[in-house]
Amino acid sequence: MSRMWAIVERELRRFRRSPVLMVMSMIFPLAQLIVLGYAFGGNVHHLRVAVVDQDHGLPAVKIRELAQAASSGAKTIDLLDYADQGQAVTDLRNGRVNGVLTIPPEFSRRVLAKNEPRVALIEDNTDNVVANALAANLSSMLIAYNEPPTTARVAAKATLDVVEVYPYVPYIQYLLPGSIAMAIFMMVMIGGGIIFIDDKARGLHEGYLVTPISKLELIAGFNVSGTIKAVLAGFTIMVIGSLIAGVPNPFNAFRILRLMVLIVVTAFALISMMFLLMVRVSDPLMPRAIFGLLNTVLYFPSGAVYPQQGFPPWMQVIAKVDPFTYAVHGFKSLLLKNTGIDAIAGDLLYLVAFSAVAMAAATSLFKRTL
Amino acid sequence: MSFAIDVRSIVKKFGDFTAVDGISFAVEEGEIFGLLGPNGAGKSTLIRMLVTLLPPTAGTALVGGFDIIKQADDVRRAIGVIPQAMTSDLELSVEENLLIYAKLYGVPREKRQRLIPELLEAVELLQWKDKQVKNLSGGMRRRVEIARGLVHEPRVFFLDEPTTGLDPVSRTAVWEMLQRVKANRNLTVLITTHYMDEADKLCDRIAIVDHGKLVALDSPLTLKASIPGKNVLEASFSNAPPDWQATLATLPYVEKVDAQGNVYRISSGNGPGTTLALMEAAASAQVTVHSLAVQSTTLDDVFVHYTGHELRDQLQEASAMDSPFMLRRGGR
Repeated sequence: MSRMWAIVERELRRFRRSPVLMVMSMIFPLAQLIVLGYAFGGNVHHLRVAVVDQDHGLPAVKIRELAQAASSGAKTIDLLDYADQGQAVTDLRNGRVNGVLTIPPEFSRRVLAKNEPRVALIEDNTDNVVANALAANLSSMLIAYNEPPTTARVAAKATLDVVEVYPYVPYIQYLLPGSIAMAIFMMVMIGGGIIFIDDKARGLHEGYLVTPISKLELIAGFNVSGTIKAVLAGFTIMVIGSLIAGVPNPFNAFRILRLMVLIVVTAFALISMMFLLMVRVSDPLMPRAIFGLLNTVLYFPSGAVYPQQGFPPWMQVIAKVDPFTYAVHGFKSLLLKNTGIDAIAGDLLYLVAFSAVAMAAATSLFKRTL
Repeated sequence: MSFAIDVRSIVKKFGDFTAVDGISFAVEEGEIFGLLGPNGAGKSTLIRMLVTLLPPTAGTALVGGFDIIKQADDVRRAIGVIPQAMTSDLELSVEENLLIYAKLYGVPREKRQRLIPELLEAVELLQWKDKQVKNLSGGMRRRVEIARGLVHEPRVFFLDEPTTGLDPVSRTAVWEMLQRVKANRNLTVLITTHYMDEADKLCDRIAIVDHGKLVALDSPLTLKASIPGKNVLEASFSNAPPDWQATLATLPYVEKVDAQGNVYRISSGNGPGTTLALMEAAASAQVTVHSLAVQSTTLDDVFVHYTGHELRDQLQEASAMDSPFMLRRGGR
């Protein structure tokens, strides 16, 4: 296998002289981690709610007081008084307000008559997140409104006590496992796939093919060197990302060791997959063209940004075979839960089996001649 | 007698297109053998089969005594190859390029520590050994590749258009390196080139390939003697009578006369004899000789005689190799 190491040595000597490659492969996952982490991670605030009080009775005043309290406290909503229901709805449609809370004329009379009193929330449901936040906020307000002024000495209602096993996980931490997998993938594509095809197009492979190197040595050489480069990218993002996302105790030696095992196995799985995809490709435009497609198809179904339980069945099939799924699951276990290696044994097993199959297929498809 | 290269009725087809059509020839050990032919004649395809990059459709060849189909790995150990494309690693240094290839060929450490400086000295790049190849000129890169191709001490050396794209000084330098390297080693060289003057000066024998077939094979001298007209006289006249071309055709040793305006191109078996007779005929016919030049037959004339064209245009299927990223030069 000494010829394989010659390929590895050649690739790493070139890599050492291309620091731009390393930086480029890490800028995207880091930017994604920071931008998505902060964009999606926070609660919704200052939603503008038009209040149209057509009743002006005491119960209506109580509703408005509760809404005002929510507005001053959590600042989820900002209240705007409207006299005209029509103008409020027009402003809702034009995006000037996010919702219209209407207290109808008969509200106080129905409260006193105990005859199904209702208030209405008219909302802009083109934005689900805003609509859900508004509905949740105003529903809680109505629960508070319906509470009797005095509580029973012995509570008869069942309540749910939530116990959280782990400290609070902000969204940026939730994204970090996917970002590490993404950094590995970026290096695999830029430092592996694109360079491999560019070298082939430049005729560099002709130089190798006239030497006595075997197919297996050649593919293994490219895979091992690609893995080393991708491990460096994954490790760097793991350290920087942990600091940015505020992962507790990021420099625990045992955890770093376990993470390194998973980074190495993930890198080898992704580089093997990449060589399988590129083994018969000659056109330098091809890896660039499928870069974006692979990114979408591998990253989003992996559960890196949204739980897989919310996917339609066809996407769950993709998620099942996607190596990102197992990498992301493993990184989540190690980073967010600080589990041992046994918790990710299944992920490691899948990634190793995936690598073996992909590399065997790539070797058999590789043509020793032009 | 054993040959360094023994090509036996080799054929290569790409679909319906026959790139190499049953070529046979043998190259003796220590010979510099030139392979000439127009673009698309099949030279590069032939070389690629001989260096195990392409499997032949039919026939075979022995290189260094090994069969290119059955003993491909033995062939690879016996040969050095400079492909048409510049295939050095631009980011690596000159020395690193040689080192990696020495390792790919499994050259032991002691041997490569001796060979690499020796080869760099031979191609006059020792002082540039630590420079990245991307900083070298085209001619210097070619010399890096020549040294790289010899780093495992091959017995047969294949060079596919090694001087194409180089300026005249670099071309001369590359050829001098090759001659020097060959003189110090028992090396057989097979080379393709478009430069006839180089082939003339340096090749012991030349094969001309056209349409995938071998159309001529001999030493440069014999090839030049084999075509009509050892000399070409190019002359222009004033006051030439209308039958002047016919008069010129009757002069001694003249084999053919072509006219373009008042410039006449006369193929002759004896340049001095025809020149003397031409001057006498012009004086007696009161025709003024404006210019007269006598040229010997060149390999260019041989090439044109055997291939019949100076320009060979053809359409070929576009491929990934034609993409803007491709640094390869033309030729099949």
